[in-house]
Amino acid sequence: MKRSVLSVLLLGLLLVTAQCGPSSGGGEAPQASATKTVVIGFTVSQTGSLNVSSIRQDNGLKLWMDQVNAAGGITLSDGTVVKFKTVSYDDESNKDRVQELYTRLATEDNADFLISPYSSGLTAASAVIAEQYGKVMITTGAASDATYQEGYTLVFQAYTPASRYLTGALDLLGHLDPSVKKIAFVNENDKFSTDVVAAAQVYAESLGYDIVLAESYDSGTPDFGPFINKIQAAAPEALMGGGHFQDGSTFARQLHEKGIPLKFVALLVAPPEPDFSEIGDGALGIVGPSQWEPQAEYTPESAEAAGVEWFGPLNDDFVRDYEAAYNEEPSYHSAGGYAAGLILHKAIVDADSVDTAAVKAALDRMNILTFYGGIKFDASAESHGLQIGHEMVYIQWQHDDAGNLMKQVIWPLEGATAESLYPKP
Amino acid sequence: MKPLDKSHDTPWRNPGLWLALATTAVIGLSPALSGNKAYAREVMFTVLMSVGLASSLNVMLGYTGYVNFGHIVFFGLGGYVSFYLLSVHRLPFYIAVLAGGLSAALLAFLLGKAILRLRGAYFALATIGVNEAARSFVKNFGPFGGPTGMTLKFQVYQAYGGADRALWIAYIVLVVLAVAVILVSFLVKTSRFGLGLMAIRENEDTAEVMGVVAPNAKTWAYVLSAIFPGMIGALFFFKNGNIEPDDAFRLQQSIEIIVMVMLGGQGLVLGPLVGSAVYQRLRGYLLVSPLFKNIQLAVAGVLLLIIILFVPAGLVGWLRRRSSRLRRVLE
Amino acid sequence: MVLIASLIDGLLIGFIYGIAAMGLSLIWGVMRVINLAHGAIIALGMFGVYLAFTGLGLNPYLALLLVALTGLLSGVLVYGIAVHRVINAPYLSTLLATFAVNMIVIGVGTAAFSTSPRNVAFALGSLSLGVITLTWTRVAAALVAVLVTALLYLFLYRTRPGKAIRAVANNRAAAELMGIPSSWVLALSFGLGTMLAAISGGLIATFLPFTILAGAGYQVKGFVICVLGGLGNPLGALIGGLLLGAMEGIIPAFLETSWVPVLEFVLFVLILLVKPTGLLGSRK
Repeated sequence: MKRSVLSVLLLGLLLVTAQCGPSSGGGEAPQASATKTVVIGFTVSQTGSLNVSSIRQDNGLKLWMDQVNAAGGITLSDGTVVKFKTVSYDDESNKDRVQELYTRLATEDNADFLISPYSSGLTAASAVIAEQYGKVMITTGAASDATYQEGYTLVFQAYTPASRYLTGALDLLGHLDPSVKKIAFVNENDKFSTDVVAAAQVYAESLGYDIVLAESYDSGTPDFGPFINKIQAAAPEALMGGGHFQDGSTFARQLHEKGIPLKFVALLVAPPEPDFSEIGDGALGIVGPSQWEPQAEYTPESAEAAGVEWFGPLNDDFVRDYEAAYNEEPSYHSAGGYAAGLILHKAIVDADSVDTAAVKAALDRMNILTFYGGIKFDASAESHGLQIGHEMVYIQWQHDDAGNLMKQVIWPLEGATAESLYPKP
Repeated sequence: MKPLDKSHDTPWRNPGLWLALATTAVIGLSPALSGNKAYAREVMFTVLMSVGLASSLNVMLGYTGYVNFGHIVFFGLGGYVSFYLLSVHRLPFYIAVLAGGLSAALLAFLLGKAILRLRGAYFALATIGVNEAARSFVKNFGPFGGPTGMTLKFQVYQAYGGADRALWIAYIVLVVLAVAVILVSFLVKTSRFGLGLMAIRENEDTAEVMGVVAPNAKTWAYVLSAIFPGMIGALFFFKNGNIEPDDAFRLQQSIEIIVMVMLGGQGLVLGPLVGSAVYQRLRGYLLVSPLFKNIQLAVAGVLLLIIILFVPAGLVGWLRRRSSRLRRVLE
Repeated sequence: MVLIASLIDGLLIGFIYGIAAMGLSLIWGVMRVINLAHGAIIALGMFGVYLAFTGLGLNPYLALLLVALTGLLSGVLVYGIAVHRVINAPYLSTLLATFAVNMIVIGVGTAAFSTSPRNVAFALGSLSLGVITLTWTRVAAALVAVLVTALLYLFLYRTRPGKAIRAVANNRAAAELMGIPSSWVLALSFGLGTMLAAISGGLIATFLPFTILAGAGYQVKGFVICVLGGLGNPLGALIGGLLLGAMEGIIPAFLETSWVPVLEFVLFVLILLVKPTGLLGSRK
């Protein structure tokens, strides 16, 4: 009997320790003395509800890395050539293992820098680990303001924060039609959309809008029919809100089917996605805030005019290279992923080092313009790392000459590629 | 039944207990022996969390025979209550953890009075309803932050000597909890109370005729199985730094816990322990393995199906059937 | 007026809820299996119609026939591979077996289709009467749901295999004694349940955007509906679906829309407590 106890115990021990030992080939072979390979770690939602945006983000980041490595890496002043490699795992779009995987990245895989997962929720969980192991983390696809108000010092945001997602849409509406007063805010009952709409609502009130309806709907709502009837009864002239991709598409399609007479509709997340046009005529006239668009107008000249440094590829080059690499049009998630790499790139160049403290200091000072837009971080203690240089652009789905749906940038006016279609047909 | 009767007199002399406790302790202490302590700690946190959740579920599922899809409700509620106390009222961590466990127990007591009258699939369906109702309610509940949930300031960890130490503290508490769950699971199984539960599992009406006060026994089993997930939820979300409704009340997670119990063998002390360790390490391996990581979900599904079809008694149950000698040590 | 419009909207989606739940109810009634792969099959039905429409240019309603047939066959297949071996084990085993099937379908589906929303760009126009708007694709879907229910009942009550299914549902052991090959009957029932799931998915695809994960929501609603209408009673499922749809239509008129699921599930638990056989269920 004793023997069997012992053997089972041993078996258990074996099982446990076998899994703990270094399993993957993490150790790098001896390298040429002048080359340093910097490891960038992150998780991607290969499966689960976030997988589309997350994979685009991953694609963007990988494109940046491939380009830098192909160009021979970054050469520091002491002659060291910095090259990059990535290590990434599937986080399944949920939080269960995010911390386990980021700890693995920070310790087992010896990542020098971290990139956030996609979404504010997962990023909040990973930020604790980044801060704890003293790793700089560039967040992308994580807009909620709250993460940057928790006292982290090493977390830097590439996205315009949630609180500024819809404020520009209100400015746009005021510009298009000052006579519009009645506005409805409807949003998915989740963290991101609630944060966005709460901030937009405050701004709308300060502008003197009459908020005729402010209501949220459950994330799993399959059918918006009854809710839309309620909106119709409140008779708003403009509608803002939404949530994510699936509900946004459904909502827009049903608004169209029901023929609700709205002059202006701005929805989150869904409209800037290239696939949004799948819903056909329902997409026409819908406005959406976007972190970046393929038609973006940021150029080295505009950087010079604004008195900031230009960094990275030209917009058209990025779009072309991305399409060549992945055979799809880049969305703002793709650009955000690329921008995260670019931010790290610039910080390493500025710091002339891959040391965390030096890179952090460079990020604190950073003030640049890229194809993706401006990048500048809040350096104050209260909201350290919050993005303050980047602005949203607003797109609208319009018909081109051949009658096909296409996205046009309509705000801010300096970057507009077309006149707004107003009122919404 | 013989070994069970013997152990009934002197549970401390039962090798099965010591095997289960030792296995838990080995898992719990393994990070200290590992080359990469922090990563091993995170891996073992996931494993031990599952051990605690699965073993506590086993009291209802394995001993009493009630399939509970709402086990994660206690995890979520405990997480929320303790998080609320920590972040809003700045109460100490240990008190928050206790409060998490107690609130879960209270909910189980009240809920048990109502839904434990249902049997079989009706009970299972009711627990799905409870989970979904809880999730959608918390999403609309202002004090808990509604849809945005709550976050902890990074400085909160300073009170425990920095984030690194805080994570170790959370881990050590979890190890203690896991050992406690195993102990409770064993003591229940070998007690009169446990015999009553198992009688209910075999045939509830007969059990009542034999003198088991089924409603009371079931309610207390439910309460007992709720305390631990309540406290584990508190630890998990303390470590995570934020809490949101969809993370706290994930129906899928309840199902995964059931899978773990079945994988190891329901109704056994060692079953959920082995089941959760194997399940979590398997998922963990598939997630990071270069070969499988893109279709890890499907691969895990195939493996699960094979086990259910061909090893229905679970891994430990299968071992027990192999030899009478093993039956004596694998409780 | 808004109330009437919302009620109509709710009832129209209710037909779809009903038919999505009918398969769950049928499978439970015949073999006491809670089919956790139901949602995944609904999603596959959506993709079936989507692929046939965008890939082959097939009319969605024609595609629906194809989807139904594939659903029936794959249901029999799933039964043979995953369920038959454990059909006599405690119901937890079949539950987990179908959960494993769900993991496999979703895992492969995500790898193949990603979780990007798809939309079948198909419309039949709509009819507007003041605030009431009737979209013809929805009306058609409701009609198909009624038709399918009628056909199912004709099958169950007028044909030999249908009667065999009812006999097995009533008492499997007795049916076997009477010479009914219960394995084939069970496989057929599982196939029918799966077919109903695939049809409901296909119908949803004609008027709502969807993703590979969209079936899960209908599955959970399916449980609620089964309880409303009485577990194991397919016609009850349709009526339960209509009730749920009507509730979802009316509640937003009085409360914040985000409270709908709270009320839905609280009511669900209460009904279970008061009358576990369902509002329409018979005594057993």
